[in-house]
Amino acid sequence: MKRELTCHVGIGPDTAGEALVTDDNFSARYDLDRLKGIFSRPQHKLAGASYVDRILVVNTAKGGVASAWMLHEMASRSMAPKAILFNSANAILAQGAALAGMAMCDRFEDGDITELIQTGDMVTVHPSRGIVFVSRRDG
Amino acid sequence: MRLTPVEQDMLDGRQGAARQWAMEHMLQVGRFFDAEDFVEVAQAHMMADTESLGEAGVAFVERFAALPEAERRVHIPMITDPRGIDFNHYRTLKQTDEMAALEQRAIDAFQALGILMTDTCINYQTIMPPVQGEHMAYGDTGVVIYCNSVLGARSNFEGGPSALAAGLTGRTPRYGLHLDKHRRGTKRFKVNAEPRGLSDWGALGAIVGRRAGSYWEVPVIEGIASPPTSDELKHMGAAMASFGSTPLFHLVGVTPEAPTLDAVCDPAMPPDRISDDDLADFYGLYGGRGDKVDVVVFAAPQLSLVEMQDVATLLDGKKVHSKTALLVVTSPQVGADAARLGLIERIEATGAVVLQGMCFYQSYAREIGEANGWKHLLTNSAKLVNIIGGYGYQPALASMEDCVASSVAGEIV
Repeated sequence: MKRELTCHVGIGPDTAGEALVTDDNFSARYDLDRLKGIFSRPQHKLAGASYVDRILVVNTAKGGVASAWMLHEMASRSMAPKAILFNSANAILAQGAALAGMAMCDRFEDGDITELIQTGDMVTVHPSRGIVFVSRRDG
Repeated sequence: MRLTPVEQDMLDGRQGAARQWAMEHMLQVGRFFDAEDFVEVAQAHMMADTESLGEAGVAFVERFAALPEAERRVHIPMITDPRGIDFNHYRTLKQTDEMAALEQRAIDAFQALGILMTDTCINYQTIMPPVQGEHMAYGDTGVVIYCNSVLGARSNFEGGPSALAAGLTGRTPRYGLHLDKHRRGTKRFKVNAEPRGLSDWGALGAIVGRRAGSYWEVPVIEGIASPPTSDELKHMGAAMASFGSTPLFHLVGVTPEAPTLDAVCDPAMPPDRISDDDLADFYGLYGGRGDKVDVVVFAAPQLSLVEMQDVATLLDGKKVHSKTALLVVTSPQVGADAARLGLIERIEATGAVVLQGMCFYQSYAREIGEANGWKHLLTNSAKLVNIIGGYGYQPALASMEDCVASSVAGEIV
């Protein structure tokens, strides 16, 4: 069954992929081994998981300004998520998505996005319409 | 978003491809955050180390650097955050010639745009601090939180691309910290602790940032007995911004927008309390006494002249342990004075290395860690312990005095 979620109008192109979900927060500088394409900070709830080509679903952005360049650099090597969905993005991640041409949405009307989507769900993101479709992996 | 004729001109490409890109970029960001228009900014400050830019980012800037001069020059004073390379020491750190070559390409491109390569994250102590109410486009979260909170300036976190866009156009979308409604306190903290030294102030900032937890929360802090120094606020703010993505705090009775609690938030808001035990617990999250130390780092933020003098005095007459590296990182501006005053000579006589114009975590930290066999890192920067774990280090936090003593002993004392 496909569920439709409504969010604020986002940034970037329409895209689709498999979800990787955590209620943890996100920084490209603090959390990632960008060469390997995995979460590398041992304390992160996704430590060891690959984010490449996934629809990354996280709570909020944290940390510094580097992610704004880093999303672009990761995308240039095809080692980036297809999209990032936040409960609440910060200025840096929005700026990074704009440079990288990456889909990004936040401010979902239906509740906590890290609970509404599960890892493995198939997700279609339409940033310009502020709509995300979710198909449960077992449905 | 409403555009002035000048802005429309730039968007339409009549002032060249660089300014057209800048307007398109900022419009995307502005619409995302419901900005209604742009606000003119007095300065831009850009984070642009090559570890973050990569080949793709450098090539992106070089496209603009190749434009005719009238189309590529920034419109306002624009300065840079620390770089990833100190060309005098990159081989000491076992950085590669390829890293240095990419860094040089980036510098050449930025200079072609008219950007001042200040290479500092303490511009508010050394270059030209903003005045209250001045709108800015600052990169480096530590710069933003200090200038918003301590000086009353108005800036969002501007990542490198957005700072560049602001420099090229002289404006930024009016959202977030440019608006009064996002500067009111949203979380109240009462401090029942006495921070001693920079690492304690950093730990306090880290605790507040972690509990605040979002870019859109504004902590209001009470209970600080006397006004902290600029360096103490520098460490507190940098850690708060790092742990919480926090761009603004108010220190009641100290910072300019918070002469009283009532002035900045609802006084009926219940406070969240922070004690000496909370500070001790924070230190306990990281390595402790007796642990081996591969590298001791004073950085993040770069050291002021006063910190350089303190480090030199603590090190006088000592030798850094043969199996431990001690890195002291400052800005080129402070570096010039520190050299003139003999501080660098005193520090380096002990076996320590003074690095200028860079910051440790922006300097290919994973690669230099692997090349030098550095795993156990000790610092007095709460910001750095938060960042560096993702680069494969096991960090520990201690006072400046204990960091120096540990660098001599080769283990945490």
